[in-house]
Amino acid sequence: MTSDTLKKTPLCESCQKAGGKMVDFHGWYLPVQFNSIIAEHKAVREKAGMFDVSHMGQVFVEGPDAWHFLQYMNTNNIKNTPPCGTYSHITDEQGHIIDDAISFCLTPEKFLVVVNAACIDTDVAWFKKHAEKFNVKITNDSAHWGMIALQGPEAVTHAEKLIAGVSEMPRFTIKEIELYGAKGYVTRTGYTGEDGVEIMLPAEAIVTLWNDLLQAGVAPCGLGARDVLRLEAGYLLNGVDADGNQTPYEAACGWVVKLTKEDFVGRVALQAQKEAGLKSRLTGFVLTAAGVPRGGCKILKDGAEIGRLTSGTYSPLFKGIAVGYAPAELAEGAEVEIEVHGRKIPAQKVKTPFYKNRV
Amino acid sequence: MHTAENSKYCKTHEWAYLEGDIATVGISEHAQQEIGDIVFIDLPKVGQQVTAGQNCCVIESVKSASEIYAPMSGEIVEVNEALGTDPALVNRSAHTEGWLFKIKVSAPAEYDGLLDLKAYQETI
Repeated sequence: MTSDTLKKTPLCESCQKAGGKMVDFHGWYLPVQFNSIIAEHKAVREKAGMFDVSHMGQVFVEGPDAWHFLQYMNTNNIKNTPPCGTYSHITDEQGHIIDDAISFCLTPEKFLVVVNAACIDTDVAWFKKHAEKFNVKITNDSAHWGMIALQGPEAVTHAEKLIAGVSEMPRFTIKEIELYGAKGYVTRTGYTGEDGVEIMLPAEAIVTLWNDLLQAGVAPCGLGARDVLRLEAGYLLNGVDADGNQTPYEAACGWVVKLTKEDFVGRVALQAQKEAGLKSRLTGFVLTAAGVPRGGCKILKDGAEIGRLTSGTYSPLFKGIAVGYAPAELAEGAEVEIEVHGRKIPAQKVKTPFYKNRV
Repeated sequence: MHTAENSKYCKTHEWAYLEGDIATVGISEHAQQEIGDIVFIDLPKVGQQVTAGQNCCVIESVKSASEIYAPMSGEIVEVNEALGTDPALVNRSAHTEGWLFKIKVSAPAEYDGLLDLKAYQETI
């Protein structure tokens, strides 16, 4: 695919101007890095960095049944008090993960659901398929919104200068804003393991915001740094760490399944799996010798393959880190080997997240 | 001493510098920029036989793994030990201090088949 046929965000030109090395990411033309992934990682862990996440989807769910509908579509208990957001999984009848998303309560009858870029069409179709039994309106508003994730220990200070009150917002809340003459939203969320915000604004305003943050010294960061940061923080990458064949339990996200709440899609299957126990589970590994693990690498125990990695990288903080599906009974601290380019590298099972700092 | 100007190149972005029957091998400035922050290099073993065009080394950056092909055939006689503790030396000095390994070549005529800097740059 050439860059001409790829989808572009309103910040595409700004990213290129800032030196972004552009790649095809699920059909989107996005920066994988600016100057150096290691420098961008450091900026987010120590100061502040920003990511163009305009490719992510915004779906509004409105109507008298909005909350009941989202309760039915999500495994987690969705909060119905503004301005709260709830991270949850959306599963099919088999309990397999379709997407992970955050539902923000704007009013008890209006929610903003922020979904993964690659899942927008699937999620909207899935919502609409189940909406008939509910008095609810579903609007895919993704094309209207640009979005910047501003992350790092200094992120909120930067945001506060532009949007008064951000520093008072609790984690996982949303606030309606007006900035550069446009209406938008700010949420106290992120995908890096640091404090920060995500700001949604229409195209023209999001470009102004990008430029103002650049001026203020915020480092532009790409998908490469984002992947290292999220893996360190133990966040699931849907489509990679879950490919449509795993449940939230298997993906080590059992905490988002609330079997005791009202009925939801996938509940019966998830209840059954919980009772039967798990065969395999997404498991964290740290290499104990030099090397860089990657998705697809074999996990070996006593020479035999026991699973495959789904994600792996070089972490500036922890060196070779990875997650992959391994037998659920594998003990904490168990010694395994990861096969990288035919080389067997010793590794150890560890608890995730690898990085347990701020949020 | 090898420099960008006096070395010869493969289309796969390795450079070679032949002195007597010893070829010093590295990757081009262009390649190091494309690869990004180098964090680990799986170097060949001293004594290993390599064939021109054959994969014999892996350079790992944060975002990807890149296979490195031997520009000439022969035996590995030395590897750059400094890269064990400082693989980013290749990012900082791809053409001089960041060399990867040395081959005692078995077919010196292979050198004539490699590209000069200008011809290589035209392939990028």
